[in-house]
Amino acid sequence: MNANVKFTPAEQHRLLDAEVSGQFPDARGRFGPYGGRYVPETLIPALERLEAGMREHLPREDFQRELSEQLDSWVGRPTALSHAPRLSAAWGADIWFKREDLAHTGAHKINNALGQALLAQRLGAKRIVAETGAGQHGVASAAACARLGLPCTVYMGAIDMERQAPNVGRMRLMGAEVVPVTGGDQTLRAAIDEALRDWVSDPDGTFYLLGSAVGPHPYPYLVRELQAIIGREARAQYLKRQGRLPDAVFACVGGGSNAIGMFHAFVPDREVAIIGIEAGGRGSGLGQNAASLSYGWPGVLQGCYSLLLQDENGQIYETDSISAGLDYPGVGPEHALLLAAGRVQYESATDDEALAALQECARLEGILPALETAHALHGAKRWAARNPGKQALLCMSGRGDKDMPTLQRTLLAPLPAPPPAPTPGAAS
Amino acid sequence: MKPHDRLSAAIRTAAARGEPALVAFMTAGFPSAPKFREHLLAVAAGADVVEIGVPFTDPMADGMTIQRSIQGALKQGVSLRWILAELGAMQRPAAPLVLMSYLNPLLQYGYEKLAADAAAAGVCGFIVPDLPFDEGDDLRTALQKAGVALVQMVTPVTTPARLAQVCAASEGFVYAVTMTGTTGKSVEVPDSVLEYLARVRAASPVPVCAGFGIRSAAQVARLRGTVEGVVVGSALVEVLERGEDPTAWLKGLRQG
Repeated sequence: MNANVKFTPAEQHRLLDAEVSGQFPDARGRFGPYGGRYVPETLIPALERLEAGMREHLPREDFQRELSEQLDSWVGRPTALSHAPRLSAAWGADIWFKREDLAHTGAHKINNALGQALLAQRLGAKRIVAETGAGQHGVASAAACARLGLPCTVYMGAIDMERQAPNVGRMRLMGAEVVPVTGGDQTLRAAIDEALRDWVSDPDGTFYLLGSAVGPHPYPYLVRELQAIIGREARAQYLKRQGRLPDAVFACVGGGSNAIGMFHAFVPDREVAIIGIEAGGRGSGLGQNAASLSYGWPGVLQGCYSLLLQDENGQIYETDSISAGLDYPGVGPEHALLLAAGRVQYESATDDEALAALQECARLEGILPALETAHALHGAKRWAARNPGKQALLCMSGRGDKDMPTLQRTLLAPLPAPPPAPTPGAAS
Repeated sequence: MKPHDRLSAAIRTAAARGEPALVAFMTAGFPSAPKFREHLLAVAAGADVVEIGVPFTDPMADGMTIQRSIQGALKQGVSLRWILAELGAMQRPAAPLVLMSYLNPLLQYGYEKLAADAAAAGVCGFIVPDLPFDEGDDLRTALQKAGVALVQMVTPVTTPARLAQVCAASEGFVYAVTMTGTTGKSVEVPDSVLEYLARVRAASPVPVCAGFGIRSAAQVARLRGTVEGVVVGSALVEVLERGEDPTAWLKGLRQG
């Protein structure tokens, strides 16, 4: 538990009961103490319209039918539940994957992008703006917009454009305009700032398709609702295959959209441990990682009150992670709540640990996971060592094809040349 | 006189002379932290109110100029603590001072301490671009105890019902954003903006100052009579950045 945020057992109990009974977000857009709507006044009417539109359309049968049809026929849902027999043998616990990497465009991001794009269409949006870190949300947004005939502009940090170059090309091929962001830290956070600036300039005609469970209310709720299909499917598939629930559920956490999607269905199952794995980067020092639940304290960033990596003056720290998708100094408010309520444990995995887990998974299971997902794999491995024979279910949030430039530089880098052999006969 | 009354009075006094009051924005410590006091006095000599920007790493409502100035200030280690210490240690100008800050630096400072320290440093009010009216109760209550204003912003897309509510809660003045978008883009002032500003003025018990995109004497002249004050930001930051005389530049704005 973070030193700066302490809740009594009675408060934890109350928060968890409220979460399980669906009282969050409350009327003020809060998950307990976290969340809210901290945006310029210009965006207030747009967020109110979005909230009203979401509450009107999301529960409607015709909206749900259209979403289901697209998820089924275009995204490829339900995604598979896979047993990982060789990793299970190597790690000592029974490991299962929920295969979001098999979803169209290669990650869970499409669930949210498609849902929001359908909503945008119904709300009469003229254009879509999105931000992206690893590029997966950008690709998913570009694909959903192409499918629905909506113009799409994606903001992406210049550093991320370089390390996720294949995804930049994919977005452009699907007709999206990709705008490099050279201000700020040139990663996901700067891309969100720039997307917000774009939205502020045309709040009426533009729909901001936010990709993670962060930002001002109602985004954390909207994204969770659209991603919760991951956990709903996985829980039912697991029960069907195994006749019981897993002992523990794992997901990686950056902003936290795949994690909240995976966890939400399991939160009421109190016998199931839920464990989120953040990016531990190069270490525990400030600026060396992106683990806001592990090392942050409460503050306001990009519309939302949550746990942040910041200094004592409230300046946001630059983060460091090998995975662009986890490289964010904040986290969704519902994760901050689940930490406060003591329901979810949040740990971290370093860059090196994630790379090693990625290598193992690729060799033993024939699945090349995304670098983001590899953090969760390491968490599951660590847990397996302490829980031999138990069962773990992990959200395989995305595939690693997009990470090839990074993997070429790391796991595939040629070993340094051996020192030249001494020449026979030379003086020594 | 309470600090927030000083702020309103300074704007009304200037407006009574027949020109909109000039609310002049500068980022604290930009272009130079050691010259902060000197720049502040020079800006104050040409303005009726000085708005001092507290740097923050994620200025989502600001355009390129102010983003650049904030990065420059952060690189020199400028913080809210530093700004309040500088203000506390200097001979302060007659023009009332307002701090413009995103919420997180204020939140981390602590609202009670902030209200007391700001009042002691001669700060009359706060403008917080990412704190909409609905989330503002805690900060408003803390500042009120010290008589310091929480200036509310309204925009052309603010609904009539909300406009009345926000204006009623604003202290010092109401900051009427002239356009949707970020700071720094120059705008014409069409009739529709004048009509909007007149609506704000009718709804507001405190003076109304128009801001975003104001950088010329012609724009200031066009707003005369419609609002009590105008905010100039990015254009003044550029003047300071170029090493020009801010007092003379501000005086030039009044000769429209």
